[in-house]
Amino acid sequence: MNVLEFSVLIWLASLLAGFLGALTGLGGGVVIVPLLALGFGVDIRYAIGASLISVIATSSSAAAAYVKEGFSNIRIGMFLEIATTTGAVVGASIASRMPTTTIAIIFGVVLLISAYLSSVTRREREGQNQPDPLATHLRMNGSYPTPNGQEQYQVHAVPAGFSLMFIAGALSGLLGIGSGALKVIAMDQVMRIPFKVSTTTSNFMIGVTAAASAGVYLNRGYVDPGLAMPVMLGVLIGSLMGTRLLVTAKTRILRIIFALVIFVMALEMIYNGIAGRL
Amino acid sequence: MFKNSFRLTDQQVETMIGNLLRISVIIAALVVLLGGVIYLIHFMGTHPDYRVFTGEPRDLRTVSGILRDSLTIHSRGIIQLGLLVLIATPVARVILALFAFALQRDRIYVVVCLIVLTVLIYSLSGGRL
Repeated sequence: MNVLEFSVLIWLASLLAGFLGALTGLGGGVVIVPLLALGFGVDIRYAIGASLISVIATSSSAAAAYVKEGFSNIRIGMFLEIATTTGAVVGASIASRMPTTTIAIIFGVVLLISAYLSSVTRREREGQNQPDPLATHLRMNGSYPTPNGQEQYQVHAVPAGFSLMFIAGALSGLLGIGSGALKVIAMDQVMRIPFKVSTTTSNFMIGVTAAASAGVYLNRGYVDPGLAMPVMLGVLIGSLMGTRLLVTAKTRILRIIFALVIFVMALEMIYNGIAGRL
Repeated sequence: MFKNSFRLTDQQVETMIGNLLRISVIIAALVVLLGGVIYLIHFMGTHPDYRVFTGEPRDLRTVSGILRDSLTIHSRGIIQLGLLVLIATPVARVILALFAFALQRDRIYVVVCLIVLTVLIYSLSGGRL
């Protein structure tokens, strides 16, 4: 395979990954690393570097669309980014010292968990508890548009959410993913922020988190331009197409298919990691 | 409560930031595309090998090295410059938020933004833990 064929194939695969990722809301980042490592035999460190780049691209380009809806809470996002960025730098530093086979196994396990989480239905957490005084002090409580006008919400359990965000950041730095699923769980389930606010704020945070990791990867020489070029352009265009279609398409079946793909990829990653082939 | 009309609301700040992000992603993508085309023309017949990890050469790892390479129309340097613009996009977002909070005289969040910015700069300047 020469450079042209290689680039075009990777571009097409990334386009599909970005498209499905946006359409299903699972993000294209999670499949880029297994795709490159398993499908194209790319060293996992190069794969993670390229994946991080694509994560920044999709997060930043989606932000403009999310912002208009008025859901995201910049204060919550910025405050929690202290945790995600430090976590990302720690995770990226660990990645450079860890054997690639171990990274592959961890990747597979995290992939399995996110495939599982995306298939279970979300529990609605109700009950009027007192908001976290810390959240009030940090002016995190806000409002968001609903069909019945602006609705107020209160933020709970800031320290617990903050700790989870550190883990989300570390996983992002270690594996080159956006950790969107974990970020949403931390905000939606733990801090009890409304789902819509959680998802859009999570998108806001993903780009900044990935940038913190990408800096470390770039400096270590893990970001290869020849590889990152088709991946970035593919995922970016794919996810833009996916977002456009999102409004009309019925995504239930697609979600199941994509979750299955992720499941198979996860097992492959774990198997190859244990076999010492990645 | 008094509302000062000259102060930016969080929503206005977010819209501004959102547009900035979109523009810089487009610029980054165009630079990467330009570098990519030159790269493909130049290296078309060669065979890539990503199986063995060797790491990128020094000049493709640092901000100054990438800038030097792209000025000499080195294709891989140009792609890397586009990627650098992309990585800088979220950093710019934090800087803009910092100014917005400063205008709102929100000291706590100015400090929060400064902490995040410090971590980002530390990471981009090759910080090692």
